[in-house]
Amino acid sequence: MPLDLSFLDLKPAAARFMPASVLAPLDGPLEHDAIATFDLAPVSNPTEFIHNQMSKDAEHRIHMAKGTTTLAFKFAKGVVVAVDSRATMGPYIGSSNVKKVIEINPFLLGTMAGSAADCQYWERVLGTRARLYELRNKERISVAAASKLLCNMVYGYKGMGLSMGTMVTGWDKKGPGLYYVDSDGQRLTNHLFSVGSGSTYAYGVLDAGYDYDLSVADAIDLARRSIFHATYRDAYSGGSVNVYHVKEGGWEFISKTDVFDLHYEYQDQPRPALV
Amino acid sequence: MEAFASTAPVRVPLEHRFSPYTDNGGTTLAVAGSDFCVIAADTRQSEGYNINTRYSPKLYPLSNGSVLAIGGMQADASTLAKRVEQRLEWYQFKHDKPMNTQAVAHMVSTMLYGKRFFPYFAWVTIGGMDENGNGCVFSFDPVGTIEKHLWQCSGSSSKLIQPFLDSQMGHKHELLPPGELTAQRATLLVKDGFTSATERDIYTGDFLEIYTITRDGRTRELIELKRD
Repeated sequence: MPLDLSFLDLKPAAARFMPASVLAPLDGPLEHDAIATFDLAPVSNPTEFIHNQMSKDAEHRIHMAKGTTTLAFKFAKGVVVAVDSRATMGPYIGSSNVKKVIEINPFLLGTMAGSAADCQYWERVLGTRARLYELRNKERISVAAASKLLCNMVYGYKGMGLSMGTMVTGWDKKGPGLYYVDSDGQRLTNHLFSVGSGSTYAYGVLDAGYDYDLSVADAIDLARRSIFHATYRDAYSGGSVNVYHVKEGGWEFISKTDVFDLHYEYQDQPRPALV
Repeated sequence: MEAFASTAPVRVPLEHRFSPYTDNGGTTLAVAGSDFCVIAADTRQSEGYNINTRYSPKLYPLSNGSVLAIGGMQADASTLAKRVEQRLEWYQFKHDKPMNTQAVAHMVSTMLYGKRFFPYFAWVTIGGMDENGNGCVFSFDPVGTIEKHLWQCSGSSSKLIQPFLDSQMGHKHELLPPGELTAQRATLLVKDGFTSATERDIYTGDFLEIYTITRDGRTRELIELKRD
């Protein structure tokens, strides 16, 4: 009679009390390959439910953090990314210290506009996908591929009420990369983008001062100044300006400056001559 | 003519509006110091103008030493707290160690986002100690946006208490920088915040429950608030 050696299986003693779903990662496929599933309201049209629940006249409205100015542009020395840090829930300032630049990995950055939760969650998923890509292919994922993964993931939920306007930036074989991806499934690439309620103000300053051959210091100053002017005119933007610089060796955090301090810094500087 | 062709509209079941949410009011508050964390909430549970009970705790002490504070709808809050505690138990079985506060926070974030299309009606705050023995506070919106704070107030009195804390703990727009915040001063400000909010917010009152978390463990204090 053969000996029963099943007790030697590499499982914690407590494992037999746990449901299969918890044990799956121990002997099943890779945990992160699993497709996340989302709970739906028990009604015939769950999409309509979540739309109603977030609408202005809902009895118990579910507020999500919103409102933003973000920008990113490519230039000779890489990509500069700058964002504000205000989160509003209706007219209430929920936070003045939001991190709207999401550090996906040491080479990829994402920006946050629209629903904070959607951006945070899907760019975190993108981080796991990018990591799996480099484990499987022994090279880093390109910015084009990463942005397309993100785009395809959120496109699968089109019409379900996701709200995300993001710029994915990084450095790959082709050099600096910059893509705009949103929850409608749009994916664009260009030298310069600004996203959010204050984007029009930011574009005004950015377009006036942008040049591909800007020095690093001037590019950083232009980005910071553009966000500052957006916080001055757009009530939904404010707090501090966070600036990042994407270079060949990965991104670098440059600064976090309260717009209150920038106001007095810029006040004392000479104004540019009118054209 | 086709046997099954029909011009009649598709019949769907008659469905009344599905409104699963109610706001049970109340306020939660957490403060992180260099070597402590104070987390507090009132215990009033109400619905509209009715007070259902004067003692329904919104603080859920977790087995890993942290405290979960949940406002919003009581039913969703207790369900979420139960599920979090169960995940902590599974983690303990699997890894033979308690989950650290930062990991609990990120887990709660994904648990909340897992119900992105049928959210918990809950405002969650977590207070505890990080791996270096410093106090830490994380807060979430109903669908899992995560943010780290030094102090955070949410719920029906958040608009009354948060600016008070920004002034007294952060010295916002004052010339003198804030000094080192002690657990004693934090607790004092928390009590002041709640007693004042009780005077102006109908959904806050009855009792104030406070947990103080340090490297040595967790202590609980219950003080009375006005019951009107």
